[in-house]
Amino acid sequence: MEANRTSQVNYLNVALPKGRLGEKVYQLFAEAGFECPSILENSRKLIFENPETGVRYFWVKPSDVAIYVARGAADIGVAGKDILLEYRPDVYELMDLGIGKCRMAVAAPVGFAEDPARTLRVATKFSRIARDYYAGIGRDIDIIHLNGSIEIAPILGLSDVIVDIVETGTTLRENHLEVRETIVPISARLIANRSGFKFKREAIERLMAGLGGKDK
Amino acid sequence: MELNLNVLDEQERIGFLLRSLYQEHGFTRYRMSKFEEYDLYSRNKDFLLSEGVLTFTDLNGRLMALKPDVTLSIVRNMKDCGNGLQKLYYHENVYRVPAGSDGFREETQVGVECMGRVDGKAIQEMLKLAAESLRLLSGRYVLEISHLDLLSAMVDTVATDNGTRERILRCSGQKNLHGISEICREAGLAEGAERPLLEMLGTYGSPRTVMPAIRRIAEENGCGDYARELGQAVASLMGTEEEEHLWIDFSATEDLKYYNGIAFKGFLEGIPDPVLSGGQYDALMRRMHRKDRAVGFAVFLHRLDRLNREGGAN
Repeated sequence: MEANRTSQVNYLNVALPKGRLGEKVYQLFAEAGFECPSILENSRKLIFENPETGVRYFWVKPSDVAIYVARGAADIGVAGKDILLEYRPDVYELMDLGIGKCRMAVAAPVGFAEDPARTLRVATKFSRIARDYYAGIGRDIDIIHLNGSIEIAPILGLSDVIVDIVETGTTLRENHLEVRETIVPISARLIANRSGFKFKREAIERLMAGLGGKDK
Repeated sequence: MELNLNVLDEQERIGFLLRSLYQEHGFTRYRMSKFEEYDLYSRNKDFLLSEGVLTFTDLNGRLMALKPDVTLSIVRNMKDCGNGLQKLYYHENVYRVPAGSDGFREETQVGVECMGRVDGKAIQEMLKLAAESLRLLSGRYVLEISHLDLLSAMVDTVATDNGTRERILRCSGQKNLHGISEICREAGLAEGAERPLLEMLGTYGSPRTVMPAIRRIAEENGCGDYARELGQAVASLMGTEEEEHLWIDFSATEDLKYYNGIAFKGFLEGIPDPVLSGGQYDALMRRMHRKDRAVGFAVFLHRLDRLNREGGAN
């Protein structure tokens, strides 16, 4: 147990989001000098380390990256801006990596006419983002928190509109929905634990320099 | 019968060590032996470390709170001492909902408060005491120091309204420099207007390395006095064994509602959250109609669970 903790202190611990975005992020990190070839091997392992570059990667669910970083299990990680806005983890947001671009948007059935006199029913996975957005424009809403398949909520009459991530808009079109407003652009961000940043500054700044400067 | 010190667990041992340290420095104990009305905390909600407050109805029907904080109670119960200096320490259990947790926890903290004529010397002493407290916990520590008035003045060079100011301050606390640039563009500011602010936020690390640049940026933007105050605050620690553990950083905190001037946080290697937090809180004193100035800090003993004995207190 103590040996584990010691090696956790020595390595730069990186939480990567599982999936295509994580693979892209690993390529960027490897090009910046933080290679770990074993991660490319086809295996079911989730933790990979390279003593030569002093880095340890682990794959985690994208929405959990910020938790690993905030709680110090990872020194740094890559999380979408949507997760940072929704859960507000107490971490540093060091860089916009400029990848995984999409947007958080309000979408409604094609031709939907909003009645400003009525409370707007909003289905979303991102309750805080939706609440903040509508509070900012002074609109009274009823949040319906869902965990998936948000697009069907207006079709089934569960909600008037949805607040969700839109990448190409294909899913919306296939469900006869259209974007009404863009709330905020989303992309992948390099995040760091506040304490870890102070003790592993040299490695983190070297990575940031390799990624294209202190901040893109 | 002699007291066997081995009966103390690590948290208790460290707590008593810190108490001895503060007592040696002339602080006297403040005991929070009664509960405060909920109203005290609800009026100063943002000052609390967690949102929830455990409440109960006292026998006389008043709504009371189960200690979410100690400083507010001290500020409320002590009287102004004008030209003197009142030095207090406490060792109390508080009840909070830790970030990311779904319920209340009992947490132990030891802290010091210094109220009255808090001048540069008192602030220097407080920083020294914070560094000594951290050294008692582990040899691998960082004391992060900021100057909130300097941060505030620099943010004012770009903030066009309160909303923008709040957003920029939040980004400052997250080292989110790209976010500040985005906010400035949204606000219609000319490209590069935020450069001095970004340069200051991007200047962090040992005082010996970063203070010349901070002085220059502050002078160029009409806030040289604040940079001098910051330099003076750390001056007594320069050349001591604490120097290598000091870290100037304007992302330490962005809470300007209660704090002002020097603010600081303490970190230990391997522990993800700050184990010490403090600073000047004249703004809180004014809100509570107190004339004294004040500075203090708290050590969060419950966060030391992950501290191993080798690196820990001795």
